[in-house]
Amino acid sequence: MNSRKYLVEKIVKIILLIFTIFIVFVLLSIFYGIFKKGLPALNWEIISQVPKGGYYFGKEGGILNAIVGSLYLAIGASLIALVISIPAAFFIHTYLFSYPKWQKRVRLWLDVLWGIPPIVYGAFAFNFMLFMGWPSSLLAAMITVALLISPVMIRSMDESLQHNSKGLFESALSLGFFKGEIGFKFLFKQSLPGITTAFLLALGKGLGDTASVLFTAGFTDYIPESITEPAATLPLAIFFQLSSPIPEVKERAYAAAIVLTIIILVISILSRVLSKRFSKNRIK
Amino acid sequence: MSLENNTSLIDEEIIRKDESKGLHNLIYVKDLSLWHGKQQTLKNVELNIRDKGITVLLGPSGCGKTTLLKTFNRLTDLDPDIKTTGSIFFEDKDILTKNIDVYALRQKMGLLSQRPHPLPGTISDNIRYALKLKGIKSKVEQDDRIEYYIKKVALWDEVKDRLKYSANSLSIGQQQRLCLARGLAIEPRVILADEPTSALDPISSRKIEEQFQELSKEFAIVLVTHILRQAKRLADYTAFMYYGEVVEKGKPSDLFENPKTEIFKDYLQVGH
Amino acid sequence: MNFSLRYYIEKLRKSWMIISLVIILSLPFLIGISLLFKSWPLLVSTPISEIIFSSNWMPTKGNFGLWPFIFSSIVVSLLGLLIMIPFTLASAIYITQFAPNWISKVLRTVIDILAGIPSVIFGLWGIIVIVPMVSEWATSANSANASGYSILAAGIVVAVTTLPFVLNMLIELFESVPRELKESTLAMGASHWQTIKDVILKKIRPGIIAAFTLGLSKAFGETIAVLMVVGNVVQIPDSIFAAGYPLPALLANNYGEMMSIPKYDSALMLSALMLLIIVILFNYFAHKVIRFYQSKM
Repeated sequence: MNSRKYLVEKIVKIILLIFTIFIVFVLLSIFYGIFKKGLPALNWEIISQVPKGGYYFGKEGGILNAIVGSLYLAIGASLIALVISIPAAFFIHTYLFSYPKWQKRVRLWLDVLWGIPPIVYGAFAFNFMLFMGWPSSLLAAMITVALLISPVMIRSMDESLQHNSKGLFESALSLGFFKGEIGFKFLFKQSLPGITTAFLLALGKGLGDTASVLFTAGFTDYIPESITEPAATLPLAIFFQLSSPIPEVKERAYAAAIVLTIIILVISILSRVLSKRFSKNRIK
Repeated sequence: MSLENNTSLIDEEIIRKDESKGLHNLIYVKDLSLWHGKQQTLKNVELNIRDKGITVLLGPSGCGKTTLLKTFNRLTDLDPDIKTTGSIFFEDKDILTKNIDVYALRQKMGLLSQRPHPLPGTISDNIRYALKLKGIKSKVEQDDRIEYYIKKVALWDEVKDRLKYSANSLSIGQQQRLCLARGLAIEPRVILADEPTSALDPISSRKIEEQFQELSKEFAIVLVTHILRQAKRLADYTAFMYYGEVVEKGKPSDLFENPKTEIFKDYLQVGH
Repeated sequence: MNFSLRYYIEKLRKSWMIISLVIILSLPFLIGISLLFKSWPLLVSTPISEIIFSSNWMPTKGNFGLWPFIFSSIVVSLLGLLIMIPFTLASAIYITQFAPNWISKVLRTVIDILAGIPSVIFGLWGIIVIVPMVSEWATSANSANASGYSILAAGIVVAVTTLPFVLNMLIELFESVPRELKESTLAMGASHWQTIKDVILKKIRPGIIAAFTLGLSKAFGETIAVLMVVGNVVQIPDSIFAAGYPLPALLANNYGEMMSIPKYDSALMLSALMLLIIVILFNYFAHKVIRFYQSKM
């Protein structure tokens, strides 16, 4: 009587497995596609030179401007985001400590914020720049991306603090420390793993986001020498150069894609290794 | 070990021996060892479970009693890291072998877990689901049986007007009795109870204990507990477990009066 | 350090903390107000219902009917959702219920890597792999647009971009179901699949719906990956092989020239405002539902 049950169980398992394998297949297909197009285009010249004769028409040169621009942007934006996120996360765990209802509301709102599309941030930043009369620049892009990644950064630190901040906070408070002091002196060490993973997450987002910097970064063929100058980024280099009718320019887009993918992979492996190391320490 | 040939032989021999002593056993655990990865949780367990009556598995938490209970209905299958050796004979079969019908086996063993876990849905849905699994399709018969089993656990007067309410609206004690009714609805031969009163208030605990005494006339009940007084109140037969081993076993009258090992003596003195 | 200095520093610290948090938390309001302010000229001159439901898009003549864009957005994100649902649900069930430990670890790594891939890479993959594939299907279906740059290609790409995000949430949901509930159901003689379908799925259904809502809203805001494969033709698409033009693509493609045509900037900022409002509403309710499950974990 139960033989049908066993059969159904087996069939279901196979169907679920097929769907799941398909996801792995999609990832492989992405890597295959990017590497197949990108590897032939990739050479030392292309990653060591800036484009010559215009990024859209010039057949010579490479994508160094975009590589450097992306790294500047991602690091700058992540640092700005840290300056905003660390105190904000500490506030949730110190001054809001006795108001769990407000803690909950803040967390909910931060999660909602994380869902706002980057393009909307971009549009807002563009408005703001027009309003202030600022031209598009590396700094503007940094601030936009920083605002974009702050909610998730705060939440990630917040989560890492949630497990162990309570006892520490109460005992430190009873010793006569100010709430802010507790945050910056004691919680800082506790949230270091969270800060590190959040920083790497932000770095990845900063490198990869296109829509928010489309309006703000501008695009140049040169490596920016100050943060008030416009800058190119890798995603923008892919996006703009891919639509070019000239094959050599398209090659640059493919090369940019492979470079971007590799950088993102390195970051994701790094954050994996680090979070494993941190969780090991926590057990001890 | 060629189990295939010896299976029923061992079984029948033991049964004959037991019956000559006037014992009726339902489950025979033979040299059962269980590994959780590299860690051994059960060590060469030998134990008989009587038909009709309450067999109490007693011992401190983490001693392997719950694991032993879960090998009876093969819930240990859920964890792919678990490996077993030895055998458990039930109704002429070694239930640890691969080709056993686990769904049929589990329907012969009703489970009552530490805290009640009602299924999503109404009070009557909870029992109806068990009946559906049993293959009872007629709505009228289902309704009859729902009433029968809720009455059987003395819950009827409390819930008869709100059978269509969510099962989560019941108190924890009522939920546990509903889960018991659900377990009875699959018409088991054995009731496996894993510290069923640990989440309950004293009055609800007492009710469950009374139920068990009543049910022990019809079913074989295996009760896992770490509460010494509960074991003394309910046990017809007791096994004391410590670090995966059955250290002592026997009738409560002998066992509690004349503990043989130091460990059990200590346990009795510290008491709970 | 004397007390008054310490006190003074604490005040400074507190203000830094408050200012940071307030900036971030008030951001949606600031964005909303600024976008509303910018779109105001169009809103006072044309009734809102006409902007939303008119298909007349002629910026140079002052006609700003957003319906083709809104419609494209809705179709692309729903199609993406439809494609994504079976894959996320099936693999969430497989990973949490059936997969042996090591396979589950490998799969989680795959999901994490997918989650980190930038939108523009998904778009490029769409152009290299998906668009030619869709083009073949379109040709064999005798579709008017056989280029492959279409609603369908955008739907597939958007399904993949939202997949890791939704899948992670589903995995968390399935893991929030107490092990004992599963055991008590199995103990009644239910098979593993019966347990999943009759008990676990029922138990977390609102959470699953919330997770898909979040996925839908993410698909709605997805810009670059969609823009690269959707074709960008202002029309009401008549088949899944037709090109479309979703709202985010409108914004991203035209910001450069929006200052040169009167009220054009208003129309674009209004579409950004609509994106913002829809996404916030969706996310707010979805997160409220998901919160309920997280508090139970």
